[in-house]
Amino acid sequence: MTRDEIFSKVKEVLVDALAVDDDEVTPTATLTKDLGAESIDFLDIVFKLEQAFGFKIGQGELFPENVSKDPEYVRDGKVTTKGIAALRERLPHVDFSGFEKDPQLAKVGEVFTVDALVKFVERKLAAK
Amino acid sequence: MHWLWIDRVVELVPRTRLVALKNVSLAEDHLHDHFGADPVRKRPAMPIMPASLIIEGVAQSSGILVGHAERFREKCVLAKVSKAELDREVLPGQTLRYTVNMVQFDAVGASTSSVVEVMDLGKPSPAWTEIGRIELMFSHIDRNMAGIEFPAHNFVFSDAFRTLLKTSGIAVDF
Repeated sequence: MTRDEIFSKVKEVLVDALAVDDDEVTPTATLTKDLGAESIDFLDIVFKLEQAFGFKIGQGELFPENVSKDPEYVRDGKVTTKGIAALRERLPHVDFSGFEKDPQLAKVGEVFTVDALVKFVERKLAAK
Repeated sequence: MHWLWIDRVVELVPRTRLVALKNVSLAEDHLHDHFGADPVRKRPAMPIMPASLIIEGVAQSSGILVGHAERFREKCVLAKVSKAELDREVLPGQTLRYTVNMVQFDAVGASTSSVVEVMDLGKPSPAWTEIGRIELMFSHIDRNMAGIEFPAHNFVFSDAFRTLLKTSGIAVDF
């Protein structure tokens, strides 16, 4: 499957899950800020990607879990250097370079762009 | 009034499908307000089953299917109405049938897809007629991504649900 084909299927998933218009789903669009995703939508996206691409996504594989519970990873509302390193390792499909400059926990959702989902699917399909 | 919007579960295939019935009765208070007569506009009363309560009935049916999958140990709550289409109104004396299919199920939640049908026994040749489609998502809230904690006891499946399951002939041990 080419990158364009993956993008097009990911777009369908997001249009369906988030009730957004086709043209809003651009590679750089963030799921929360630009497309209005709320917490339960992340589970919806996981379910719909599994159906669309025929693979299983483990808990915490696509989106992080319980990062804020680890005091080594979060201090004073900011994700620590150690926390960012752990996130990078767990979520290799996500680009944290922008987040690193102002690592507020409240903004961590903004690292999830449409492109991150496409990269995630690419990796999953390649590992199949 | 009890917050139970189905009367009986008539079929349960664990983790797969559940079928429930709801008889719409004029004894239900809400039908007298939805919609009551409007003397100012000279409109007569028009009792119609509210669409929101049909969705609630489907959510309760789906919740039982999802909850039953883990023997009601998980607290599964309705998290998202992904889609709800209802084509026409449902009137007192009619019966609703909700057929719920499990689409996805895992440790953190589930999604279901349902069909709503209506039967009117007052018609010459009564038959089930599809009038709607509803897609829902449930969260197993103790496993939420944010790590938020909830009370230990299962507040989702109350005595009323236990009674409904027992009168439907479904074994319950919670």
